[in-house]
Amino acid sequence: MSTSAEKIVTSTHDGQKAEHKQRKWQDYFTFNTDHKVIGIQYLVTAFLFYFVGGALAEVMRTELATPEPDLVQPEFYNQIMTMHGTIMLFLWIIPAGAAFANFLIPLMIGAEDMAFPRLNAVAYWMFPIGGILLMSSFFVGPAQAGWTSYPPLSLVASKWGQEIWILSILILGTSTILGSINFITTILKMRMPDMDIHSMPLFCWSMLATSGLILLGTPVLAAALILLSFDLIAGTSFFNPAGGGDPIVYQHMFWFYSHPAVYIMVLPFFGIISEVLPVHARKPIFGYRAIAYSSLAIAFLGLIVWAHHMFTSGTPGWLRMFFMATTMVIAVPTGIKVFSWTATIWGGKINLNSAMLFGVGFISLFLIGGLSGIMVASVPFDIHVHDTYFVVAHFHYVLFGGSVLALFAGIYHWFPKMTGRMLNETWGRIHFALTYIGFNLTFLPMHQLGIQGMNRRVALYDAQFQSVNMICTIGSYILAVSTLPFVVNVLWSVFKGEKAGRNPWRALTLEWQTSSPPAIENFEEEPVLWAGPYEYGVDTEMIDEDSSIEEMLAEVSAEAK
Amino acid sequence: MQSSALDESKVTLNYHHEAAGHHGHPDHRMFGVILFLIGDSMTFLGFFAAFLIYRTMMPVWPPEGTPELELLVPIINTIVLVSSSFVMHQGQTAIKRNDVSGLRLWFGITAAMGAVFLLGQGYEYFHSELGLTTNLFASCFYALTGFHGLHVTVGVLLILSVLWRSRSKEHYSSGSHFGVEAAEIYWHFVDVIWVILFILVYLL
Repeated sequence: MSTSAEKIVTSTHDGQKAEHKQRKWQDYFTFNTDHKVIGIQYLVTAFLFYFVGGALAEVMRTELATPEPDLVQPEFYNQIMTMHGTIMLFLWIIPAGAAFANFLIPLMIGAEDMAFPRLNAVAYWMFPIGGILLMSSFFVGPAQAGWTSYPPLSLVASKWGQEIWILSILILGTSTILGSINFITTILKMRMPDMDIHSMPLFCWSMLATSGLILLGTPVLAAALILLSFDLIAGTSFFNPAGGGDPIVYQHMFWFYSHPAVYIMVLPFFGIISEVLPVHARKPIFGYRAIAYSSLAIAFLGLIVWAHHMFTSGTPGWLRMFFMATTMVIAVPTGIKVFSWTATIWGGKINLNSAMLFGVGFISLFLIGGLSGIMVASVPFDIHVHDTYFVVAHFHYVLFGGSVLALFAGIYHWFPKMTGRMLNETWGRIHFALTYIGFNLTFLPMHQLGIQGMNRRVALYDAQFQSVNMICTIGSYILAVSTLPFVVNVLWSVFKGEKAGRNPWRALTLEWQTSSPPAIENFEEEPVLWAGPYEYGVDTEMIDEDSSIEEMLAEVSAEAK
Repeated sequence: MQSSALDESKVTLNYHHEAAGHHGHPDHRMFGVILFLIGDSMTFLGFFAAFLIYRTMMPVWPPEGTPELELLVPIINTIVLVSSSFVMHQGQTAIKRNDVSGLRLWFGITAAMGAVFLLGQGYEYFHSELGLTTNLFASCFYALTGFHGLHVTVGVLLILSVLWRSRSKEHYSSGSHFGVEAAEIYWHFVDVIWVILFILVYLL
């Protein structure tokens, strides 16, 4: 608490505003504490890892084009399968969510930076360190027990690769915990004085829920991995039945984190969608509080559903009933969101640009993933499809069709703010079309493969599945190619793209009140909370882009009268 | 707090200096420390849950042939650690009166009591018939007490760093002693965890 005397002292600094510092390109390669630099660092680093994870996926799909192990050895297949999952979850989707959170939260709430800037930079730098450590396991043979690393399998295969995997997840987990402390403090404590919690953008709500899950879930994963590490290195037998331990305990501890982790991976992108849709549909968000509170409800319920991953692990019947019920209840807050988004764009003046295409693409694919989620939540059905390609199809619809499509929607939406230049619209649409076609071609047929009984996580399969697998493989190639127009578009637009101006989408959230890219101190003039975050539908054509905030405010308040 | 009402208008206007920044901005560090401790408590919750599952699922617990744990040293340790929390609080009370030497005295005693706890635990490890891999109970015993001991070590280091910083009389004052408070709340946390751990591992 600063005393009033201190406040007077600080207010005298007002007169001597520091000279505007200029952003240097070196900033992006150093220990920089600016949340915008850290946000970009997260996004670019995560995207580089996305390439590695994607390349591994293509190796897997190429191997799976035929039933025999003709491209890679089955053991190596297990290793790249493990690495693909780990990279995509821990080095791509989770850091990409942190990227948007870092870049956007202080701008959206009118703050100068995060609550703990140095801690923020520490959290970022742990991420590439953990990532490179994970990559280094390729020199000793990576882990091959899948991203779940269930013992006893993880205790007998690739010992040193497994240990590196554990260490790297501990580093990455610590990084996300530090990040979440920052996000919660910033969102709750650093909002500009006029902004109460119900007028902050929905992205902040979703990050609040995400950070809560990270804070409560990740430490339990750390505990599980520390015990697993003891089993692996010191020869204890916490999870090793040979020495009197119990592998089921690991599964409980692992999923206590890793089911919430699914929401950690999708909630930030729910937030992004809640920002993108109203802007490009020119309509207020439908059900602000419903969307905000449903994020919290999902976070809470997400903590009490974990054993639905263990229906076939000897879980007693009454416990299966409990977890089946809680899992299905999650469909309610999730459904509230989907209906709210649909109602938001319903009857809107929709501008179907790349951001919006990815946004509505997200709704359609996430819906499929959500519905198949309810299917696998029911015990009788899950026992049939457990560990088959149906599950693979389900979580790729949620994590790729959901998270990654929304992530691209976010990039198309905020790229002008991040760089000051627009992305090329034509190439953006080509990117979307290729992604959407490639994705569905890859993963839709997997539902059928799973119901027919094709097991996941193995390099070999029954010859009867070959033709459908070939379709999946071709789809995955289209998906791989779809990234190229995006990369070219980004690289070209960063240097040569059309200038964006401060508010190309005529959006109302605060990040659009500052210049693009934002000044180092975020806002050169104090941000003015002149409208709720989603009050579209005023005649925005009237608002001249170059007019000052006061003029815009005058127009809007005149409108209101 | 009374006077701050007057300054509300200034707070709204001076966005650059109040919302976030370098000098005199509202201090959120304690809030961050509490969030961190919530996270850390979940790690222990994970360990405790695993321990309780083993305890309830295994037909015999502790497994047959496990030697009885000696209680004398851990009971002394518990008394030392619990009372050290009260000793430490005297240090915070002292700094609130601007009494730096009082802070140094009480924190010095606390650090010594923490060291006694660690030595006692070392003695217990050294003389125990249990080995890390003897059986599941022994592994749990070492994992839980070891992870807690790591926290005590960090706590002692935090107290020592407070002592180091308080060499200069000006570093901590009645109005500004975040480091003192952070070390203290961490120490209380470690203390509470020990009480739960002691009941779970030694008494149940």
